[in-house]
This record gives sequence, C-alpha cells and structure tokens, in this order.
Amino acid sequence: MTENGKPKLAMYWAAACGGCEISILNIHENILVVDEVFDVAFFPCIADFKTKDVIGYPDGYIDVCLFNGAIRNSENEEMAKLLRQKSKIMVAYGSCAYEGCIPALSNLTSKDATFNAVYKENPSIDNPGGVIPQTEFKVPEGILEIPVFYNTVKSLDQVVEVDYYLPGCPPEPPQIWAVLQVVVAALLEGAPLPPKGSIVGATNVAVCEECDLKKDEKKITRFYRPYEITPEPGICLLEQGLVCVGPATRGGCGALCPQVGMGCRGCYGPLDGVEDQGAKMMSAIASVIDVGDYEGNEEKYEEKVQAAIDTIPDPAGTFYRFSMAHSLLKRARVDNGNGKGETE
Amino acid sequence: MANNTEFEPLIIGFTCNWCSYRAADLAGMSRIKYPPNVRLIRLMCSGRLDPSFVLKALKGGADAVLITGCHPGECHYLEQNYKTLKRYILLKRMLEQFGVEPNRVKLVWASAAEGVQLADEITKMVEEVRDLGPLNWPAVVSPNGDHPIAETEPVVEEVQA
Amino acid sequence: MTRITIDPITRLEGHGKIEIFLDDVGNVKNTYLQIPELRGFEQFSVGRPAEEMPRITNRICGVCPEAHHMAATKALDNLFHVEPPSVTKKIRELFYEAFYCTDHTVHFYALGGPDFVLGPDSPPAERNILGVIHKVGVEIGKEVIACRQRNHHVIKMLGGRGIHPVAGLPGGWSKSMSEEERQEIEEIARKNIVFALFSLSLFDDVVLANQAYVDLILSDAFTHQTYYMGTVDENNLVNFYDGKIRVTDPEGKEFIKYDAKDYATHIAEHVEPWTYLKFPYLKAVGWKGFVDGMESGVYCATPLSRLNASDGMATPKAQEAFEKFYETLGSTKTNGRYKPVHHRLATHWARLVELLYAAERMLELAIDPEITNPNVRTPITEKPDEGIGSVEAPRGTLTHHYKTDENGILTHVNLIVGTTNNYAPINMSVKKAAEGLIKQGTVITEGLLNTIEMAFRNYDPCMSCATHSLPGQMPLEVVIRDADGNQVKKLSQYIE
Repeated sequence: MTENGKPKLAMYWAAACGGCEISILNIHENILVVDEVFDVAFFPCIADFKTKDVIGYPDGYIDVCLFNGAIRNSENEEMAKLLRQKSKIMVAYGSCAYEGCIPALSNLTSKDATFNAVYKENPSIDNPGGVIPQTEFKVPEGILEIPVFYNTVKSLDQVVEVDYYLPGCPPEPPQIWAVLQVVVAALLEGAPLPPKGSIVGATNVAVCEECDLKKDEKKITRFYRPYEITPEPGICLLEQGLVCVGPATRGGCGALCPQVGMGCRGCYGPLDGVEDQGAKMMSAIASVIDVGDYEGNEEKYEEKVQAAIDTIPDPAGTFYRFSMAHSLLKRARVDNGNGKGETE
Repeated sequence: MANNTEFEPLIIGFTCNWCSYRAADLAGMSRIKYPPNVRLIRLMCSGRLDPSFVLKALKGGADAVLITGCHPGECHYLEQNYKTLKRYILLKRMLEQFGVEPNRVKLVWASAAEGVQLADEITKMVEEVRDLGPLNWPAVVSPNGDHPIAETEPVVEEVQA
Repeated sequence: MTRITIDPITRLEGHGKIEIFLDDVGNVKNTYLQIPELRGFEQFSVGRPAEEMPRITNRICGVCPEAHHMAATKALDNLFHVEPPSVTKKIRELFYEAFYCTDHTVHFYALGGPDFVLGPDSPPAERNILGVIHKVGVEIGKEVIACRQRNHHVIKMLGGRGIHPVAGLPGGWSKSMSEEERQEIEEIARKNIVFALFSLSLFDDVVLANQAYVDLILSDAFTHQTYYMGTVDENNLVNFYDGKIRVTDPEGKEFIKYDAKDYATHIAEHVEPWTYLKFPYLKAVGWKGFVDGMESGVYCATPLSRLNASDGMATPKAQEAFEKFYETLGSTKTNGRYKPVHHRLATHWARLVELLYAAERMLELAIDPEITNPNVRTPITEKPDEGIGSVEAPRGTLTHHYKTDENGILTHVNLIVGTTNNYAPINMSVKKAAEGLIKQGTVITEGLLNTIEMAFRNYDPCMSCATHSLPGQMPLEVVIRDADGNQVKKLSQYIE
C-alpha cells in the first residue's frame, strides 16, 4: 500500500487462537468501513506483509495496532515490543492480551511438565531419545531457531505499555464496532479518545445486569457440575447451584452463556476497582453458601461448610479461567517441576 | 522440610477488632510471651477480610497469614464470621492449587478473654511455618523482585542431527 | 550456502516460518517449515474438570472452535459412558454442518482463492479477497459475507455464541431447538445449497476453464503420493460428525479402518528438535522421514484425503460433484472405488464438494421431524475414567483423549489436531515446490516465494478471513458515532 494519508492499521496475534481475527470479521458489512478508512500495514492473517516490513517502518507509522494473544514465548514478546515502537495506539485486543485468558492456565503448571507431557509422555508419542524442541539446533545446512518458551504466560501490559483494553474471548462484534467507530472518529475528525489505559467496548456493571434470568435471594446449599442437573429455565443459574462467575465479571457480552443454560466463566474480565477477579468471585460465591443455622458446635459447622465447598471442583482453574496473568499470585509455585502446583 | 533455626517467619495477622484484637491486647497486658513474628492488621470484623488481602500478603513476601475472629455465634455484627469461615475454606482449597501449603493460612477463633489461647495458637503457628520454610513469593514470580516472570534457562541437550 | 527465510507465513491461521537452503550452485538443498508456537493445552488442561473441556479446547482455534467443541463433547460422552439422545446427535450434527458451511466458504474465497483464482505471482496488493472480487464481481463478495453471517447466526442460535460455543455436555446439549428456529435454519440450509452449487460452477468457470491453472493443479511440483485419512459412515461415505476412521494407501486400497478409541494403536507422533509441532505417522508403516509412497508412514488428512478415503458422498448433489471431480481429474475405478487424486491443489475443489455435502446434510437434518424434540440430555449414571472422541475438523481428523480421576478431574490429555496430521506432508510439499521453482540462476522474487507458500496454504484453511473489502458499486451508508453517540461522519457510496 502506498503513502496516501490513510491511517494505518495492524492486527497481530501472539499466543492466540485466531478467534479475535474472526471476531473483527464478524462485524460483517461494517468491515467495509474499516477497509475504506484504513490501510493495512501488517496483518499476517489476511495480508502478506512480513516482519521485515514492520522493522522497516518508521516509529509510530502504524496508527492503531490491535494486538491479540498472550505472551507465551520470546517471539511474542519481541513482536509486542516491535509493534509498540511502530504504533501510535496499542490496543490489548481480547482476553489473552488483556489478562492471559486460556493460555495463562499454563501458569498453574510449568514448562518442564508441559514439555514432558507434549513430547515424551503422551500415549501417541514416538520419541525414544527424549528429543525436545531446542531454541537453536544445528542441521547440516545451518542453524535453525525457534523462540524460547516461557515458564510463565504474561499479559501484553506486562511487557509493553498498553493504551486501551478491549476485553472478551473474543470481544463481541457489536462492541468491536462501537469501539472502531470511536477510533475512526478520532482519527478522521479529531474527536476525543477515552483516557489512556481505559477498558473499552464493555460496560461498568456485572454480567448479571444484562442477564435475563430471574434473580432472587442467593442461598446455595451445594453446587452441581453442569452435567448433574438440568437447570430450570428462566432462573438464575448460580441460585440453582451451577457455578456462574457473572457477578464478578464485567458486562458487555449480552450474558450469552447463561442464556443457553451454561454459567459465565468470566471472559470479559473484572469490574472497575477489582485487582484480582478470581479472589473477588471466590469471596462472592463463598458468601452465598448456606449450610443452615449455627447450632453451637464449631467443628460440625465447619464440616458442613467444607462439604459444601467440596462441591466446587478446581477453584483456581474456574475462578481464574481467563484472568490468571493479571491475578495477584500470577502463577503456581513449582518447586520440583512436577508441574501440578501440588504441595509435598 | 527444612528446620532452619535462622529463619524467622513473617506472618501477617488479620485480626477482628471486637474479639481477637482484644485477645491480643489481653495477652500483651498479661505479659504472656509469644513470638513477635506476627504483624497485626486490625479489621473491624473478620468478615471484612477479602481473599485478595491474603493473596497480597503472600505476594508481598509474607510466609504465612493468620486470620482471627469472634467465635461463631459471637460476631459483633451477628453473621459475618460465618462468611469468613466459608471464604477461608474456599481460599485454602485454591491456594493448594497454587502450591501454597495449607498450614500457611490459618483461621483462629478467639474471644476477648482468650489471650492465652491466642498466644498459644500464634506460638504453634510460628513453629509450623518455620518448619515449612520461607515462602518468598516474589522469587516464585520474579527473580529480581519487580518483573512478573520466572524463567528457566532452556535446557540445551546434545541431540543427534 | 544461501539461506532464504519467509517469516511469518501469511494468509492462514497460526504462526510459521520457512527456511530454504540453497547449495553453492543455487539449487535447493533443503527446506524446513518451522512452527514456533506451542501453548501447552495437553498439560494445562490437567487438573480441570473434564466437562469444561468443550469450553477450554475451543480456544485451541478460534476459526474452528466448533470442531474442538464437538470432539471434546464426544470425548465426554465416551468418558462418562453415556449415549446422547438421538435428537441431540442430530442437533450437534446440524450445528456442525453450519460450521462447515461458513468455514469452507471463507477458505475458498478469501484464503486459498486469491492465489488460485488470481495466480500465484500476481501482485501482492491484489492477492487477497479484494482481487478475487475484482475477478468474480462484487455480488459474489456480498454472498460470501451473507453466507458467513447466516451460518454464524445458526452457530450462535444453537451453540450460544458465534465464536467459542458453549452448549456441549456429556450425553447432551444445553439447549434444544424450537420450531421457529428450525424454520429459520431450514431456509438458511436451502440458501447454502444454492451458494455451494454456485461456488462449484464458479470453480469450473474460473479455474477449470483456464488451461494454465489446470496445468498448475496437475503439475508434479504440487503432487504427492501419500496415505489418506478421513472419517466414513457405515457405507464408507464421508461423514464429518461421526463414523470410523479410514485410511487408504497411495494406490487406493483400504489400509485400515478403526474406531476413534483405537487411535493410539495406529498413529504415533514423531518429534524433531527444530519445531514445536509434532509429526503424526502410521505406526504400521513406520516413520521413514519426509518421503512419499507406500513405504512411508506419512499420511494426509484434508478435504482431498476425505474424498480419497471414502467411496462417495451421502447426499445426491454432492455425490454428483464427487464423481465429476474424479472423472475430470482422470481417475478410474478399481474394485468399485475411484483411484486417489494426488494433486494437492485439487484440495480446493474437494473443499467445495464438501461444502455442497454440508449444505445438503444441513437441510436433511433441518427437516427431520425429530429435531425439535426438547429432551436433549441423557442423565449421567456412571463414573468417568477414560474417553476418546473424534470428528472431522475441516483441516483433518481431530481426536481428543481424556483420562480423569473418579471425580471427573482430568489427569491426562492427548490431542491430535487436524492440521497436525498434515505437518509432514506440508513440509514435503513446501520442499518439493521450492525444488521445482528455485534452480541454479533463478531470480528469487516475492511472487516466487509466495508460490512456495501456496504449497502450504492448500492444506491449512484454518483461517477465516472473510471479506477484506469490496470495491465496485455496492450501495452503502454508514454512520460513525463518537463515544457520546454524536454523529461524527457519514460515509455513503452509490446512495441515490
């Protein structure tokens, strides 16, 4: 694309799944506006620009960079830094870039454990020599390189400065379109942008506000796994004992998952003022557990509470499903490489 | 399980104003000796304890966290300590998944008159944590203390081409 | 030794780079297609409740989350030893056909299309969906957007969300289909059939009518003789949702046919230190390196493979298209089966045959009287232990294998993902294309390097990149508002 005064757009994927690229295409016809307004400067998904092209751009050449995917390896980090240097506005697009998302679940295990499972132990592996990928490997023709796989998955803002966050896994197309309109207005008409560091394309209240299910008093005696009961339609899932992280999750998605009987898992991230989404949800869900009145026996009461809590499987993986990289503890402690965060 | 006599555990103690803080006061005024490893932070109620306080304490370098409150049935605000118990149990389950041993986070009920009992619990806990060794969470997450990554050098093996 | 690097490879889903080494004379010595990414799903899923896997493994791929969702859901059926009700299997399959309709459409028009329809060394600025539309017209572009839109609508209707659906459960689906929804879906399926037929005729007009393209398809540089894998029903006809996994040899004879649960008996994965991705191969034949032929365990799992591994298509119009495909490419029948087509670029055509089948099958299911039955869940009565489920992802046979403790918490996870099946053949294709195109004295141009990338692209349509832009006379008015909702700009074209 030649110099023609059009703002430049980049979209790059780090440790990502491609869902964010699809989400932006799911604004359907509105993609035409994006095409009319912008020139693409780097977008490996759909266009043939290479990394060396980006290296050759002057700093700040790219007006808006939509960066999705978590930082899992050294190439992800290098590209984040390169694109930050070459971009005026850097958007952490989607849950991975914002707070780690599903790849950050890997922070409950370790690189050693991962390589063991993936390259050595899995039932279909044929690897008697125990070969694992090497960042540098000599073949007869020369040296081949692949990036360093990090032990800990990071969010984008843990490696570069981020201007805006667009949450969701992936962000919902109507929200994306709303944000793009603001950006286009700013670029073409000088309209104001939100303050740096803002979370855009989402609301300031919990998912519950958008959810049509009827909410009453919450007194939960036990929790059920999604396959153990069929929820009654039209009634809050959490009240029926199905774990739903909606109360601790930022709205903007339309509460899509509860509408089909599946509890929210928190992909839009925490609400304003919350540092750790998982801790918040834990607090909320524990508070509404009801084991009946205290009858004078401390031990017995504690047992009842323990039994109720035991019906919640995998608290860490459930409450931090999307936000592990932004959690306070960030990763599990792995002393001896067993990778499961287990205590001795 | 290192028995390191030079290691002094650092324990943060979230203490409710009405019962357990007064118990601690009582222990003090009665000149009951107990180890100085606990730094007390007073909350109006143990129910004020947000799990993130515990996580922050651990992340900030505490080796353990003690939570104290009024006995069930005696909460100054009636029912909030039940919530404390529920949050605490769920938090401990979750912390195990992060590799934090159960004995590093403890909940103790103590009434205002139970100065001796509280001092005993604290003494016991300090020894348990001493046995467990330092937690040193900043090193888990960052070798140099301020950058949230913990990287191991890639293992370079001799591999036949 | 000269070294040429293509980094990153583009117009597909995922990361990769190609290293080409030339000897002193200027011929290709060797090539390597390295995959620099690994996220570690097989390990970090351990410790998670198994029933969360449809929602976790979705995120392996945001282009084909439906495939992982479905493989995971079927693995859960197996894990909990539960048989879903008949209506549920139909809802799941219908949902899956809608997914195929959107995915295959997009690949042909926006991903594989540009190289193929425009030619491999056309100018890069044109070599995308834009150029395709220039060639075939703006109306087609609108049809492509519309096809994506209506099928994603079905996915959202049945699966809860347009991307990363959530409805899969062991023995069930979290919602049933209403009559209103069914009617809407029936109409959409009919439109899909029309569009699929049109796409096939477009292929005739634009590709098959052009001798240069036909030569390219039939050229040796893009031909490999490997084993072919696909899922077939009890009549050995292509089925995306369920069936047995069948592998045929390079000469067209059935080699093995097995149930998903026996995958580890037949498939093994080879590891190389220069890439994060593994190389599956057929155990019974063995790993002989990156070579073709009967003696090499390398196999392929793509639309072309599925057609080669089957005896036909289960719906009438698709079966006609299937026969035309083989006849046109010069294949003859032996023992009642067509001999396999080995020309990799023909995969684009095979993909359109599958598109037609997906549309027809979607209609069959949409008018099935059982499909609106509200009882979509079978209760779980057994304890979970181990489960394996597989489906045909658009990019190849996809297998999920889970082991759990008695509380259904995962202890082991093994995944063989669609494109992974093809990693060895992809490397071979890239090398062969490079060898064919770069010789002593060849000037290395951007277009030539892109032609080498083409060898990769026909295997991995894992990237939907629907429309990029539509020039031409499409009337459109768009209002842009700022954060306060005030109109800032109005764009319109061809509005009277």
